[in-house]
Amino acid sequence: MFARILAAVACGLLFGAGLVVSDMINPARVLAFLDITGNWDPSLAFVMGGALIPSSIAYLIRNKRRAPVFDTTFHVPANGKPDGRLVGGAVLFGLGWGLVGLCPGPAIAALTTGRWEAVLFVAAMLGGMIAYRFTLGRPMPAYTSR
Amino acid sequence: MSQINFLWPLSGGLLIGLSAGLYLLLNGRVAGISGLTASAASLTDAGISWLGMGFIGGILAGAALASALIRQPELTITASPVLLITGGLIVGFGTRLGSGCTSGHGVCGLARLSPRSMIATATFMAVAALTVFVVRTLFGGGA
Repeated sequence: MFARILAAVACGLLFGAGLVVSDMINPARVLAFLDITGNWDPSLAFVMGGALIPSSIAYLIRNKRRAPVFDTTFHVPANGKPDGRLVGGAVLFGLGWGLVGLCPGPAIAALTTGRWEAVLFVAAMLGGMIAYRFTLGRPMPAYTSR
Repeated sequence: MSQINFLWPLSGGLLIGLSAGLYLLLNGRVAGISGLTASAASLTDAGISWLGMGFIGGILAGAALASALIRQPELTITASPVLLITGGLIVGFGTRLGSGCTSGHGVCGLARLSPRSMIATATFMAVAALTVFVVRTLFGGGA
């Protein structure tokens, strides 16, 4: 378990550094990428493209391995069918992302700048996750246990 | 487009992809930040998650280190407090409902050619672009 936690910290370090190096931590940069009809800034296409190279290679390697290095099995979800929850959630997420220019990773990384806007956004984001947990994301509907 | 203009985003993207790839091969898991955040806050069925806390702690440390050593970020945030709260709430709720965000669906899901992630990514990109268009064109400001 210790190795797994250490690996998680190491991967987090790379991820956080990547967000700063790519400038995806900056909401103005993200909004300029999303502003396709305005003064479009293609930078984030390079972030996405750059990220997909090692990530795709890793997923190809995974197909030839029975288990990851520090665990007995892969925990990657099976490829299911899209449903209303998936699309509805993506619509809500896209709306919030477009309004502010922050998605979860950059929002958390932005906390390190000490900006109050980032603190407010992350607090609200946790509020949204808590709201989901106690409504549509309840582990078991109460009535099934009776 | 100058060289610097694409070298920064490309190298940052490679770091993010390396992180996602290593997390898969070492721990066998999807590096989805919305899911990791929820698990770090014990808001998933798995209960308390040291992996989530480790990863999120790593992001904070990695961002702080890169800011100090590689590139000082300059954030321009134009959203009002009301927009920040509204946006945060629906990003939190929506990413949990839709099982992922830019990292889980975008970086990891597209890499493994998951149809669900392709639809999710296309949807949130389109809605986000439309939102920016509406805000900037019809309201002439805000975001």
